[in-house]
Amino acid sequence: MAFVEKKLPADAPIAAKALNWVDSRFPLTKLWNDQWGQYYAPKNFNFWYIFGSLAMLVLVLQIVTGIFLVMHYKPDATLAFASVETTIMRDVPWGWLVRYMHSTGASAFFIIIYLHMTRGLMYGSYRKPRELIWLFGVGIFLCLMGEAFFGYLLPWGQMSYWGAQVIVNLFGAIPFIGPDLSLWIRGDYVVSDATLNRFFSFHVIAIPLVLLGLVAAHLIALHEVGSSNPDGIEVKDHLGPDGHPLDSIPSHPYYSVHDIFGVTVFLLVFSAIIFFAPEMGGYFLEYNNFIPADSLKTPPHIAPVWYFTPYYSILRATTSQFVYALMAGVVAYVGLIVFKTKLSSLIKTAVMVGGAVALVALDVFEAKFFGVVLMGVSVMILAALPWLDQSPVKSIRYRPSWHKLVYIVFGIAFLILGYLGIKPPTDARTQVAQVCTFIYFGFFMLMPWWSAMGTFKPVPTRVTFHAH
Amino acid sequence: MNLLKKLIALLTLLPALALASEEGYPLDHAPERTKDLAAVQHGAKLFVNYCLNCHSASSMRYNRLRDIGLTEDQIKANLLFTTDKVGGLMTVAMTPKDGKEWFGAAPPDLSVIARAKSSESGTGPDWLYTYMRTFYKDDSRPTGWNNMVFPNVGMPHVFWELQGTQNAVYTDEKDAEGKVEHKFDHFEMIKAGKLSKLEYDTSVADLVGYLEWMGEPTQGLRHQLGGWVLMFLGVLVFLTWRLNASYWKEIK
Repeated sequence: MAFVEKKLPADAPIAAKALNWVDSRFPLTKLWNDQWGQYYAPKNFNFWYIFGSLAMLVLVLQIVTGIFLVMHYKPDATLAFASVETTIMRDVPWGWLVRYMHSTGASAFFIIIYLHMTRGLMYGSYRKPRELIWLFGVGIFLCLMGEAFFGYLLPWGQMSYWGAQVIVNLFGAIPFIGPDLSLWIRGDYVVSDATLNRFFSFHVIAIPLVLLGLVAAHLIALHEVGSSNPDGIEVKDHLGPDGHPLDSIPSHPYYSVHDIFGVTVFLLVFSAIIFFAPEMGGYFLEYNNFIPADSLKTPPHIAPVWYFTPYYSILRATTSQFVYALMAGVVAYVGLIVFKTKLSSLIKTAVMVGGAVALVALDVFEAKFFGVVLMGVSVMILAALPWLDQSPVKSIRYRPSWHKLVYIVFGIAFLILGYLGIKPPTDARTQVAQVCTFIYFGFFMLMPWWSAMGTFKPVPTRVTFHAH
Repeated sequence: MNLLKKLIALLTLLPALALASEEGYPLDHAPERTKDLAAVQHGAKLFVNYCLNCHSASSMRYNRLRDIGLTEDQIKANLLFTTDKVGGLMTVAMTPKDGKEWFGAAPPDLSVIARAKSSESGTGPDWLYTYMRTFYKDDSRPTGWNNMVFPNVGMPHVFWELQGTQNAVYTDEKDAEGKVEHKFDHFEMIKAGKLSKLEYDTSVADLVGYLEWMGEPTQGLRHQLGGWVLMFLGVLVFLTWRLNASYWKEIK
């Protein structure tokens, strides 16, 4: 077919002609309309729905500030610390501001993503047909954790160094291949210049590329099936004469102005931290990290940055005594599946075999290995959420009231794990962390049962909305 | 339901139960000096004269001292060693290896020491302020000095001429179980220094003020600018809030 360009009248504005020229060659207007301009979103979004666009903003901030930091940073064990503290913080005009934006941005990113995930959890945003959006989101979360971990080594302070040392050593707990694997990751017998260089490479190019791809996939999938809403009902079930859902509004201008308002509020809080508390009491910039890395001096207390501490707590809670509790947990869980589900006998047999293998493994391998396994599973289990949740309604609004308490208990257990991860361990703290670990995993693994239990409230057919 | 509520209450209490108090010499609060230029300048003088022989501040350039109101000529005349350039970094000739041999540990770089020494017990300046005032005579140490905040520290008391020489007086206290505890009671001045206690405390506060400023020379600008940024964003929040409201009133 021959190429036919749409003809505009000769007196059309030059901008319209230019756009027409582009649109004939690239679907610019179509892309804008599909993804935002004519993307119809439910009109009953509340406060919790702002974090998606804020996450996008912080992603852009991190990339832009990161580009400027890389112009002055030296990924070299002998120069890295000084390139941050001398060059960026003192010599480069406004370097301190760019650095604080980047360091505060890292923590802000996690706060936003945790709130974004909480929203998904509360309103069942991950339920059918949005499973893929959720899976891409879990991928983004994993990338973010990778970004944070690799990036944290770069300032080459004591906490950077020993944090990386501890985490890379974790891989050493994997049976058979562990020691060689951690050696391969580090590229040396201790964290060194080789490690710094490869972490730099991962931080500035490898992971950001994957991250951007996943963000694009997350948004394309979202705009394909359409956004969920706090009522957890499908707005596409009620279409208007124009073919758009009756309860939806075009994102532009309504959610544009909405998000701009959210952005300014966010920037206000963000700037308050950058200008008045960039260290945030040692949580965003750890005090120990103002001491250059020293491979011969182990700090008395090594803790990861706050956003990793819940998982770190789970790792530390897995003591050799706790393995017995885990064994009991495995037996109970296999029993639950075998006696309390209607799965086929083939699956039940597989579960029993799996349970037996797990019991043998728990007996044979050291507790540290299972700490690493639990830490990994504690993050990965999020991916199973769309299939674990068997509730007949999506939104917390129409679930039995006691479900809210389950969520609150889970949330508190998660916060306690986070708090304990910052503190040096004591016997009492470890026991508390063990209880919270059971609550954490119990929440997910028992979800197929508890999420279907109780009296559910009637779900409205149209969204609840009060005009502003 | 009730049981669950109790469980939640218990869960929220757990962290408090798990808390353990951290022991150590209580830190005195360092007076705020970073905005007092004369004090910071005095601190800079003390720093260059007393600290910068063993300790470096290798992230700091001499000419940055213009930020605390000194001219380049003043810096050259008073604070610069003959071999240094005014745009150069505050480095020292002593190598870390020498430092380790002479003092048992290489003297740390002091560029960001005021930030590094922060902890749950107090801010970095609090730590430094207390540290520099709690040296006492201890003949069991190679240098003849020991310190309350940093026990068995390798550094001698460089300000001994200013502060004087003090002894640490301990008392033996019996606790409830009858165990005798050797507890620090007070310092006893055995040889007066050139400065009175008040003058010495002030001098240390000035030095700490300088160290705090040096830890982040832009902090004054940061605070100043921050006020304007927040004011601007405050106005912007108001405008975007009204913009949002004006669009959303169409939605019924």
